[in-house]
Amino acid sequence: MSIFVNKDTKVIIQGFSPTSQGGFHGLRNKAYGTQVVGGVNPKRAGEEIEGVPVFASVKDAVAATGATASFVAVPPAGSPGAILEAAEAGLELVVCITEGIPAQDEAKTFNILRRDFPRTRLLGPNCPGIITPGECNIGITPGEIALGGGPVGIVSRSGTLTYQALYELKQKGIGVTTCVGIGGDPVPGTSFIDCLEAFQADPATKAVIMFGEIGGSAEEEAAEYIADKMDKPVASYIAGVTAPAGKKMGHAGAIVSGNKGTAKGKMDALRAAGVAVGLNPTEAGELMADIVAKL
Amino acid sequence: MDLFEYQGKQFFASFGIPVSPGEAVDTVEDAVAAADRLGYPVVVKAQVQVGGRGKAGGVKLASNTQEALEHATNILGLDIKGHVVKRLWIEKASDIAEEYYASFTLDRSAKKHLGMLSAQGGVEIETVAESDPDAIAKIWVDPAEGLSPEQARAWVEAAKLNPQATEGAIDILTKLYTAYVDGDADLCEINPLILTPDGRVHALDAKVTLDDNADFRHPERDDWRGLTVMDARDALAHEKGLQYVGLDGTVGIIANGAGLAMSTCDVVNQVGGSPANFLDIGGGASAEVMANALDVINSDEKVKAIFINIFGGITRGEEVANGIVQALGRVDIKAPIVIRLDGTNAEEGRAILEPHLSDRLRSKPTMLEAARDAVALAGGK
Repeated sequence: MSIFVNKDTKVIIQGFSPTSQGGFHGLRNKAYGTQVVGGVNPKRAGEEIEGVPVFASVKDAVAATGATASFVAVPPAGSPGAILEAAEAGLELVVCITEGIPAQDEAKTFNILRRDFPRTRLLGPNCPGIITPGECNIGITPGEIALGGGPVGIVSRSGTLTYQALYELKQKGIGVTTCVGIGGDPVPGTSFIDCLEAFQADPATKAVIMFGEIGGSAEEEAAEYIADKMDKPVASYIAGVTAPAGKKMGHAGAIVSGNKGTAKGKMDALRAAGVAVGLNPTEAGELMADIVAKL
Repeated sequence: MDLFEYQGKQFFASFGIPVSPGEAVDTVEDAVAAADRLGYPVVVKAQVQVGGRGKAGGVKLASNTQEALEHATNILGLDIKGHVVKRLWIEKASDIAEEYYASFTLDRSAKKHLGMLSAQGGVEIETVAESDPDAIAKIWVDPAEGLSPEQARAWVEAAKLNPQATEGAIDILTKLYTAYVDGDADLCEINPLILTPDGRVHALDAKVTLDDNADFRHPERDDWRGLTVMDARDALAHEKGLQYVGLDGTVGIIANGAGLAMSTCDVVNQVGGSPANFLDIGGGASAEVMANALDVINSDEKVKAIFINIFGGITRGEEVANGIVQALGRVDIKAPIVIRLDGTNAEEGRAILEPHLSDRLRSKPTMLEAARDAVALAGGK
């Protein structure tokens, strides 16, 4: 079992050409074993790139392939339109890896989805994507670092820390049900809580590792959810203990203002919710190994 | 990008928000000429991006040419908490009956825009929020719907401003929302928003933070750059398009992804070292970006060792490796480099680095081992 994606997920790539990021990573996803059933690129409609048929629109691609999910890898200015096009075509999951989308566009797109397309889940933007090892990989996660089979679910805000989480568990021989990178932008389509809820409901997931970072209050809200609604054990790591206040650390999300959103505040909230908190990714991996040993 | 007050007022004015007439000047001579043109009394205001400029003597009222000359002379070059005043905003003084507070920003929990309005303006809104939270009228605007006239009216009425200010405030707040959305701002704050004795409402200050991600559709922003105070390292990094934050330690850090870069700083700290910087080369970083990153780190005299921590996703290992090799051939890197490379095409990357490995360029298999090695090379704290 898994959350959000599995071996039956049929994926199309928006922004598909031989030289684009969508092309590079979409074909890697296909090589990994993901059912990549089509690409969308109005300029190349009718062509086939490495065995993947290209369509003029998401609607055409869905009609021809029965796709259920989309991988959006188009530049920032075109991303909101691409996401909404996928939602209009009825896709259940839209994974957007694009970095640098204006916050106003992101907030607007999120609320249009919530209002008009409640069935569509947006993951990202500015996220690494999602992988159910051995079944489906959508996005830019290097598939070879993921060990499948469970029992751990992973959710992480930052892209590269998502890989680090997969890597730490693999080093210890611990398998993963699904690994979700929700992205570091101010308005992510999918939140920590959405993922925790899905992991709690997934019978194959027995424990969850959650990597957060400074800024905002998403980790504090997740801690509240864990305390109230989860009985599966959780281990965590929060990046940015040494970050100075008031400075933007790369992600639009990663900024500490006043005493809000600090690593310490987040770690305290998680500890109070019964979460095992590591001070670096390796330590969090070790804490998860202890949890798995006792399952 | 944070705007200076005078830039924020230009920004507001471009959306039709009433602001006091004024001029930005860089010399005492121009300050006096501007004051004479505007007519007295004027306010001479230091343009710095730091709070507490009034208390530091950076804001003065001048009733005549002599006073304008005196204040401009004193304020230009004044050091306000490390920010040296290079520009003044000379503004026609306003009569104030009442002072309010108004702002829009994103509420990330609600995923909606949050508007705040208070009859208690002119002081820090955080202070009001603590001492009298009910004095702040809040409104959540759905970004997909926008701010309706009915919402704006109900919001202003909830804030219990002087009834004389109601119509003017509705007008300004509606325009402020448009400025915030169409101007692609992360924050638009007016404090104080004033009511004059003759019943007009206007913005007496402007605090605006623009969303850099929207630069591509705002060519007008080019005029606002250049006056921001940056240290040399920050300026070089900014010029090269890198996400860089200068810190005070001895281990230079280059990582891909903000989370991993922060985590790298954390780990260096935990094993007894201190990071010299945060540097995120981002996703899809090319060889050139890596070479630029090394250039920036190389310009920091305090750096005794460099830790390159790459976990490739969109960033490809062989490009990172090529970048390091290229940079080594191009500039004389002063500090030894420890690299940890994993993820997409990491093996290809390690193969490229292999023939170049030495005491000065070392490869370690894990983040912790690489951090320990880099900290040892830097001689601890």
